[in-house]
Amino acid sequence: MREVLELLEKDSRLTARDIAEQTGLNEKDVERFIKEMESRGIIKRYKAIIDWEKYGDDSVYAIIEVQLNPERNVGYDAVAERISKFPEVVTCMLVSGDHDLHLVIKGKTMKEVAFFVAEKIAPLSQVTHTATHFMLRSYKQEGEIMFEKEEDSRLVIHP
Amino acid sequence: MKIARKVIDLPPSGIRKYFDIASTIKDVISLGVGEPDFITPWRVREASIYGLEKGRTTYTSNWGLLELRELISKYTYDGTGVYYDPGDEVLVTTGVSEGIDLAVRAITDPGDEILVVEPSYVSYKPCVIMAGGVPVPVATTEENGFKVRREDLEAKITPRTIAIIMNYPNNPTGAIMTKKDLEEVADVAVEHGLMMLSDEVYEKLTYEGRHASIASLNGMRDNTILLNGFSKAFAMTGWRLGYACGNPDVIEAMMKIHQYTMLCAPITAQVGAIEALRNGQKDMLEMVKEYDRRRRVIVRGFNALGMHCFEPRGAFYSFPSIKFTGLSSEEFAERLLYEQGVVTVPGSVFGEPGIGHLRCSYCASMEDIKEALARIGRFLDGLRKEERAPRIRKAAKK
Repeated sequence: MREVLELLEKDSRLTARDIAEQTGLNEKDVERFIKEMESRGIIKRYKAIIDWEKYGDDSVYAIIEVQLNPERNVGYDAVAERISKFPEVVTCMLVSGDHDLHLVIKGKTMKEVAFFVAEKIAPLSQVTHTATHFMLRSYKQEGEIMFEKEEDSRLVIHP
Repeated sequence: MKIARKVIDLPPSGIRKYFDIASTIKDVISLGVGEPDFITPWRVREASIYGLEKGRTTYTSNWGLLELRELISKYTYDGTGVYYDPGDEVLVTTGVSEGIDLAVRAITDPGDEILVVEPSYVSYKPCVIMAGGVPVPVATTEENGFKVRREDLEAKITPRTIAIIMNYPNNPTGAIMTKKDLEEVADVAVEHGLMMLSDEVYEKLTYEGRHASIASLNGMRDNTILLNGFSKAFAMTGWRLGYACGNPDVIEAMMKIHQYTMLCAPITAQVGAIEALRNGQKDMLEMVKEYDRRRRVIVRGFNALGMHCFEPRGAFYSFPSIKFTGLSSEEFAERLLYEQGVVTVPGSVFGEPGIGHLRCSYCASMEDIKEALARIGRFLDGLRKEERAPRIRKAAKK
């Protein structure tokens, strides 16, 4: 059944029927499994990967490295959850290394992103340091190559 | 210029025509290819590029790089359970195509007969002819799952027969032979003292059960030349890299020809192949899984269209029957291409038992496979509407 999830991760528009056809599993079983994965929150959401730059959208993305003082009892969770709830925060993860939280922030302009960090993240009492890296270009996103793909140059017929 | 009689008499390629037609039609979908639609895994390409940067541009040993032969030995042992000494039982060739040619030339004296199990890849018979031998087709049938059986072989054996060439998983049928099926063939080979040339290039593309190699059967290791390569499993067709494994006498003999014709396989490809065997297994398994999904979709699709389709268990081809249409394989393929822009290969290209079939490769994206099936469905609908025996339309429909 793991294959069902792998297929959906690659193409969330596949129907239970498509998946059943491709894997040889029973369609009803696939349907039931997907429902269960949805209700258990294992399948979080179905989404598209969009090249916004190509579309003409000039949103700004920045990676923010955040250093924290962990709190007694709750460690990093409380502050990380608090930060995650801002819609501007696209990604928030706890990482090893010389900083603790790794954020991706989306905004309309560099200024907007910078102010968001200055007003909402940096002043938090647990935050000791932030560093902002504006994203200049995305080459690969969620496993998807964002630049020109290699073309199929095979001959159309071959024995 | 004078051309040798033997070459003039070689039959021309049966697919040239379709290639020419396809080049005049827009929006063609091809199920006619014999190679993966995946590009060689990046790690393999990257390793070769690094090799070039480091100046790895020389000849290698005639046998191929020792490091590669050692990896091939291990890979073959893991895949078939047969151990070949990388020192003198493994020869790296320029594709399996060269391996076939070397194997045939190394064993054939003028007039020797070699049994070629059909339907088969197109190079076997010409190779035998060029080596001065006589190819003797052995037909397999759909009723028997396109497997070759004892009686099929025995009916064609004469005192001049020296060897059998076969290819399982099979191009074009997708048939496989289980260990039990192979035992029958091995018995025939042992009883009649025949050598076995086993082209196992689709080995890793076995979807049900595990590939069995005839070399792993009792008494067969030293009578078998095992031929394999990187093209299909690792999506490395254009690299032209294969290998032959066998007893030291025959591998030495093949090496002798190889050193005078090819010298060695290209080093850039050998360097890439080392990476493929070291770290490419995961990439390979991913591709195999994807072929398996497409296989299910295409077979089901043909059956839903009312075309009886033998269930392929290996390689990446389906081989539906088109006998019910009353058209020949060539007519069907040509009209399908003209009228719906779908390229297929007529089964007749692969020998007499392929007549009445169509080889449809599923080395195409899932969308293309579905679109091709829809177009084939429309083509069949059109045929049903035709009252009288259909004639080939010469003009493209669109």
